[in-house]
Amino acid sequence: MATNAYVAHAPGYVDNDGPKIITGRFGYEDSHTLARFEATGGYQGLRRALTMTPGAVHDEVRAAVLLGRGGAGFPAGVKWGFLPPGRYPYYLVVNGDESEPGTYKDRLLMERDPHQLIEGCLITCYALGLSQCFLYVRGEMALAQERIARALDEAYAAGYAGRDVGGTDFSVDVVLTWGAGAYIVGEETALIESLEGHRGMPRLKPPYFPAAIGLYGQPTIVNNVETLSNLGWIMVNGADAYRRYGSDSSPGTRMFAVSGHVRRPGVYELEHGVTTFSELLYGDSFAQGIRAGHELKAFIPGGGSAPWFFGEHLDLALEARPVGAAGSMLGSGAVVVMDETTDAVEAALRLVRFFARESCGKCTPCREGVAWLARILQRIVDGRGRPSDIDLLLDISDNISPGPYPVAAQATRALAAVPFPPRQTTICPLGPSAVAPIVSTIRRFRSEYEAKITRRDSIAVRAAS
Amino acid sequence: MSRLDADNEARARRIMARYPRPRSALIPLLHLAQAQDGYVTSEAMRHIAELIGITPAEVAGTATFYEMFKFHPVGRYLVNVCTNISCWLMGADDLVAHAGATLGVSPGGTTADGMFTLETVECMAACTEAPCLAVNYRYRLRVTPEDFDRLVAAIRAGETAEEIPLHGSLARVDQSIPEDRMAGVVPPEAARAAPVWLAARGSDLQGES
Repeated sequence: MATNAYVAHAPGYVDNDGPKIITGRFGYEDSHTLARFEATGGYQGLRRALTMTPGAVHDEVRAAVLLGRGGAGFPAGVKWGFLPPGRYPYYLVVNGDESEPGTYKDRLLMERDPHQLIEGCLITCYALGLSQCFLYVRGEMALAQERIARALDEAYAAGYAGRDVGGTDFSVDVVLTWGAGAYIVGEETALIESLEGHRGMPRLKPPYFPAAIGLYGQPTIVNNVETLSNLGWIMVNGADAYRRYGSDSSPGTRMFAVSGHVRRPGVYELEHGVTTFSELLYGDSFAQGIRAGHELKAFIPGGGSAPWFFGEHLDLALEARPVGAAGSMLGSGAVVVMDETTDAVEAALRLVRFFARESCGKCTPCREGVAWLARILQRIVDGRGRPSDIDLLLDISDNISPGPYPVAAQATRALAAVPFPPRQTTICPLGPSAVAPIVSTIRRFRSEYEAKITRRDSIAVRAAS
Repeated sequence: MSRLDADNEARARRIMARYPRPRSALIPLLHLAQAQDGYVTSEAMRHIAELIGITPAEVAGTATFYEMFKFHPVGRYLVNVCTNISCWLMGADDLVAHAGATLGVSPGGTTADGMFTLETVECMAACTEAPCLAVNYRYRLRVTPEDFDRLVAAIRAGETAEEIPLHGSLARVDQSIPEDRMAGVVPPEAARAAPVWLAARGSDLQGES
């Protein structure tokens, strides 16, 4: 059915000829219904899991090396193993709060294939021995909430969720819940706070994983929508089949959204760790190059929080380690492409203003510092910049994220560009994220800053004379 | 200024029953209040506090953190235009300017007839479809100025009533799960033992490695 073209009912999704693990049903207009899901192999992964022991299901996921798709890229099977034995109850919280600038994949997965996600939740609950799961959907995503609500009704009625799943004694409730507009709630401990009915402010770390202390103080696994959407396929086809796609350290496929100045912006499922940025940006199956008559200036490889890349990075594979070693991160699969018409300082301002607006206010360096960064950038853009502003931006940045930024990755670690424990004066990475566009643009496009500031100087001199 | 009406109070109780602790229902209940009145009133927050068993200040403390909750009347149609990076690259500023000119308001403003409130918002997860906007959280993609004017005209003519409910309306998230299909929700204090089904399967939960 692959046509290498957009699919009308899945806006932005391009059905190309690559392997399909999680977008395989997107071509069907009724892909969100139980009837279509069952007709295309749905809930077979759950059925297979239920014939195995929970521990064997966990082993299968561990063997698949399913990397988290929310940003940090931590292997799901390893994360699951952090649950302390015997401290019941455990909870699963699904992070459907997609809002990292440039990221567009989880909303599609929730709208187009909610049963695939629910099946992933059920398999996880079975593997980990828990009886309640919360599916937290971003507040603004009305259609995703509606699709999941209907899918849960169907799944309960058909005996896939709730009491005695699939005729066994396995019982679990999957609860749809939703937010009300706050980017920071995508941070897993902030999401848990929100789910407890509080302001969505991240919790102090350590513990670094809610597996130790999570929802209601209980051991909690937080997984991303795309991560869990892989589980049905993995249980049907096995970890070995999964690892045949992608690279050894990054198996399977991943969804990437390419936005900005390309001929064919879109959402693509592609082999993890194998495809290069060059293929993704220029390939005929993908974004098909920079828009006519223009050339690449810069691109953000992993969402608004990621340090920027340039032409010399195009040959890197879409894999955590090389991207981390080059000083950025794959993050949430969001590639934002800018051509030579883009004003680098204004682009940085867009991103920094976003982080200033979304700071939860808990940590002073972020609450105050990021707001300062935004104000200084704004005055530079407005032609009121001061010669000392570039150093001031870097100094404030250093107070939020001390040391060289970003810290180049150790090639041996799955976490790649994210230093661990993080080098930040804040509880969560939101503040340091605002530093990424500033340092990226000052390093590469310092002359653009200087031109705006000098222009202001000359205006001031003229006015004085 | 109004408390939740009887129907909505019943809905609120059904929503609260899904969670091990009632306070977890706070955000959905605030949405319910906004659906009833178009914004979240102080009376509704006091009512929610009673239902959950927390103070009105705690309810307000949570509510004011989240952008979707409004504490004063807004237009019946809330127009959110994304101005984050991907949309900005594709002309979001022009779209905001055009929307402001068409509606005769600046971002944050409401038209005199109370029909539209215009807001600029951050990334809506439709980045490949830039520039994008949402009206009462129903998306419009790759929006041109002409598209915008047509949309406004269609809303004013009542042609979008089916797809775009009035501001505050909950997404159609009411669920119909029979009580006897639920596994059963208990507070964490009452679930200190392994689930029965798990205990029956032996103790190899963590697998072999």
